[in-house]
Amino acid sequence: MPDLLLELRSEEIPARMQRKAAGDLRKMVTDGLVEAGLTYDAAREYFTPRRLTLDVRGLTARSKDVREEKKGPSTKAPEQAIAGFLRSAGLDDISQAHVHSDPKKGDFYVAHIVRPGRAAEEIIAELIPEIIRDFPWPKSMRWGAASAKPGSLRWVRPLQSIVCTFGPETEEPVVVDFEVDGIRAGNVTYGHRFHAPDAIVVRRFEDYAAKLEAAKVVLDADRRKEIILSDARNLAFANGLELVEDEGLLEEVAGLVEWPVVLMGEFEADFLDIPAEVIRLTIRANQKCFAVRPSRPASSAPQDEERQRRHDGPHPEVRAERASKDALSNRFILTANIEASDGGKEIAYGNGKVVRARLSDALYFWKTDQADLPDLDQLNASAEKFGLDWKKPLDQRMARLDHLGVTFHAKLGTQGERVERIARLAEEIAPIVAASTSPLRGGRAEGAGGGNSSSASATVPPPLKGEGDNVAALARRASVLAKADLTTEVVGEFPELQGAMGRKYALLQGEHPSVAAAIEEHWKPLGPTDRVPTDPVSASVALADKLDTLVGFWAIDEKPTGSKDPYALRRAALGVIRIVVENGVRLGLLHQFANALFGLTFNAGSRFSVIWKAEDGGEFTTGVDSAGDLLDYRFIGLHSEKSEPVFERPAADLIPDLLSFFHDRLQVYLRDQGARHDLIDAVLVSGGAGPSSLPSPREERGEGVAGADAPLSPSLREEGKGEGHSANDDLLMIVRRVEALSTFLETEDGKNLLAGTKRAANILAAEEKKKTVIADAVDPALLCEEAEKSLFAAVNQAESQAAQAIQNEDFSAAMRALSALREPVDSFFERVLVNDEDVAIRANRLALLARIRAATGQVADFSKIAG
Amino acid sequence: MTLPAHMHPSRSFQGLILTLHNYWADYGCVVLQPYDMEVGAGTFHPATTLRALGPKPWRAAYVQPSRRPKDGRYGENPNRLQHYYQYQVILKPNPPDLQELYLGSLAAIGIDPLTHDIRFVEDDWESPTLGAWGLGWECWCDGMEVSQFTYFQQVCGIECAPVAGELTYGLERLAMYVQGVDNVYDLNFNGREGAEKVSYGDVFLQAEQEYSRHNFEHADTAVLLRHFDDAEAECQALLKAGAGENFHRMVFPAYDQCIKASHVFNLLDARGVISVTERQSYILRVRDLAKACGVAFLQTEAGGLAA
Repeated sequence: MPDLLLELRSEEIPARMQRKAAGDLRKMVTDGLVEAGLTYDAAREYFTPRRLTLDVRGLTARSKDVREEKKGPSTKAPEQAIAGFLRSAGLDDISQAHVHSDPKKGDFYVAHIVRPGRAAEEIIAELIPEIIRDFPWPKSMRWGAASAKPGSLRWVRPLQSIVCTFGPETEEPVVVDFEVDGIRAGNVTYGHRFHAPDAIVVRRFEDYAAKLEAAKVVLDADRRKEIILSDARNLAFANGLELVEDEGLLEEVAGLVEWPVVLMGEFEADFLDIPAEVIRLTIRANQKCFAVRPSRPASSAPQDEERQRRHDGPHPEVRAERASKDALSNRFILTANIEASDGGKEIAYGNGKVVRARLSDALYFWKTDQADLPDLDQLNASAEKFGLDWKKPLDQRMARLDHLGVTFHAKLGTQGERVERIARLAEEIAPIVAASTSPLRGGRAEGAGGGNSSSASATVPPPLKGEGDNVAALARRASVLAKADLTTEVVGEFPELQGAMGRKYALLQGEHPSVAAAIEEHWKPLGPTDRVPTDPVSASVALADKLDTLVGFWAIDEKPTGSKDPYALRRAALGVIRIVVENGVRLGLLHQFANALFGLTFNAGSRFSVIWKAEDGGEFTTGVDSAGDLLDYRFIGLHSEKSEPVFERPAADLIPDLLSFFHDRLQVYLRDQGARHDLIDAVLVSGGAGPSSLPSPREERGEGVAGADAPLSPSLREEGKGEGHSANDDLLMIVRRVEALSTFLETEDGKNLLAGTKRAANILAAEEKKKTVIADAVDPALLCEEAEKSLFAAVNQAESQAAQAIQNEDFSAAMRALSALREPVDSFFERVLVNDEDVAIRANRLALLARIRAATGQVADFSKIAG
Repeated sequence: MTLPAHMHPSRSFQGLILTLHNYWADYGCVVLQPYDMEVGAGTFHPATTLRALGPKPWRAAYVQPSRRPKDGRYGENPNRLQHYYQYQVILKPNPPDLQELYLGSLAAIGIDPLTHDIRFVEDDWESPTLGAWGLGWECWCDGMEVSQFTYFQQVCGIECAPVAGELTYGLERLAMYVQGVDNVYDLNFNGREGAEKVSYGDVFLQAEQEYSRHNFEHADTAVLLRHFDDAEAECQALLKAGAGENFHRMVFPAYDQCIKASHVFNLLDARGVISVTERQSYILRVRDLAKACGVAFLQTEAGGLAA
């Protein structure tokens, strides 16, 4: 069967587009061939900077004839209808049609149409030009004289030639003849631009690939990658060094060369004062070169470094830069595209010069960021607002960020305004975080990576156990500096270093190590696997940052929809969840929502502010103690440059909605951790955990509200319902409950109690449906059987013990207390007939069943649990 | 034409310029002199910006002194200058073998592609102030960007029809390369040795120091702000005054004011008096001028208006 060879040769295609383009070419061609009725055995695409190539094997030489029957009108139809049928079926005369009979419709015409198969060449000649014209390049261009007229061919860069040959293995393939905008398909290509400038005539893929290889073109990108990687490793090793591997860079470099030749270059060791990450990014981004580091024994080193850091003065991190495991060598590896006549000496030397120039710039940025700003006098107001230290470089940069009025979001004000809000919130959250399962590290959440300090963060700040006030002050300071590095030169050059640079500059200006760490870590975690900050200062600022973001976007009603989440709000919520749960932080979310919302009003007087208006028109000005305080208010965002409010929303619309968003994200998080979906539901439905962090808004605010129909969500209303039921806003307690429940249900007692409770609930549900009388409470006098008496006693005891345990937040104990019910419940169902003839006894027994349901309901709604 | 040895690009900065002049003159370009105004890049020369528009063929080559006030380093950085030279070639429509022509020019100045690693690395060029963009490459020689190679797609907000190819050589970098010099100020300018030798530093070091002081510290921002407004108003006034029924009579003078506004903006930017939000609006104001000039140019004879 014939094979097809297609090569589209163009001027240099951007590296990042090649792989996808080659894949698109394969898909478009093979789809088109199949659609035209051809089949093929295999197809593979190749690409270099100057060509996309497709090798299709075992293509059928012709498409099959297609027969179809086309139904026409009745034989008695008027002439006009028959003429129309002949036209549409392509017949000359009605005698060419067949007559079919149908018992109901009578006789009618049918045309037997045969569409003859077409030669593959013809199909290819029609298909390929279409594909070239409609090729999905992310960006394409016009060129040359043809571009004087509209509609000229567009390609990623000028398309130079097309090779298209077709033919069976046993015969000489033919050139498929077609033309696209003056470029005629042929069998001539060119090899390496400099090593092999002459034309190459090709027949099919085998000789094509071999001739290209001889003309110093490695056609297969993955082979180019292997060559580069293995040569680079070997070259580094031969010099006592180790390659800093980088898959993204490798892919890019393989797209820049047709004939890879790996060389090593050098720069002055003085540049190693620049942070390693900055060096690596500088030579990577600008020069497409790999960094190398001194090779070292794989073991022991990290611990030694850790020890060294801890005892090495005020800025251990900076000083340890050269000694650390990240330290680089003053060499680098480059990939040339030629076998140079001098063995690559000039090339390595030239690249070294450029790397040196780039590193001079980086050094200049790094030094500039540590020096005073030239326009300090303009920054007074901003410096005062944040209590900044005039003399410190990072403080100056924060003042400039505020002064420049860089927009965070058109409806949510500037970066400076946002920093004010974060600082205020972080300060409030810090004592809560510090008071939780401190020290945070090594708490109960190691499993999820919470306590692991060995990864990204090199320096571990001292724990801040029991220093609530101090932590608050540090959290404020860290918040104020957290975004300052956005205006540094290095971050301007390499945005991916935000946070990391802030930390370095903070250490250099003598900030507390926790403050420095928080500047980097408040961005974290950046996803389900990223490290969660464990230092209380970092955790507080990270929480404040994320809560401000979430509440802000909820306030302006730009929450995620479907697959759209442009502000990464799901990630922010997951971040809050992971910080809280994996560090064991007891954070009443509703209270913090209210805090963050109220924080928006603190921007009053600046370009952007929010006011609160009660339904009766009064403005809300005092502090806020709970979410409940805000529920009856509308809040209105004002922009000083606009007379109209930029948004207006009732708090009651968004606070419950945001909480339920958190519940959804918590479900996803717990499911990823392997928790059972039904258990999470059961716990969430049963109502919150432990004493609420949020006083009931209804009860607190007294008269006039009890019967009001404010748009409160069920979860918020439940706050006031009963003891121990809060608004489910303490994520840690929800998680603990699910864990305890899960453990309990794995025991025999748990399984049986679940079965018993479900049975009780089913009976109750059935009777409730029938409107059977159920007593309000169990009357001990009406209990006659031994089994029901002992169940009643057991329920009383278990319920109060469980309630006590829940009060103490000891969910395992609550489960243990409930497990005492198992035996009495089992023997009750074994020995007692609920459906007694005596209505009073029956009503009393049903009340007893309701007590079982209520007792277990303290922990979870068992009816939601599967099994 | 062969040059005497002391004027070979490997020994002389001016020899490099002359070699390029010879090469492109030989190809049929008009060899122009630098535009007599302060510009940020050779592209701003009306021989590129305006002549890239319209249907008429055009081939030109010239040196353009380029001013980047922000890149001043008081003469202390061996690679960065606030005033440097670009060699600019513009060919409309671009010939099909433009890459080969470019490589030929490198060969002419002594860069052997089998010793030096020449590469075309993706670079989508865009000039927000000129409302222009194009696709092409940075041309690398041993990892150093020595030229920009662009197929203009749009200039002054107007589609190029036909497309022009633009080559911009960074002359100092290229000269440092072929002379084997690490510091721009060490370049041999005139190719002579001993007492007769004039270096790049002899010509420009003092100016770099003085202009850095001016650009960063002393340029009068109040005056500059006023100049910007004046240039903008003047450009608009000239465009209005020159506009006829279907033709335009005063595009070049109007475009001069657009260039002036652009340079004043660069100075203000170097002085750090333009905030992030203002920055965008200044750029848009210059772009509006450029667009209006481009539209007007199409209504002139050089812009293809049928006489």
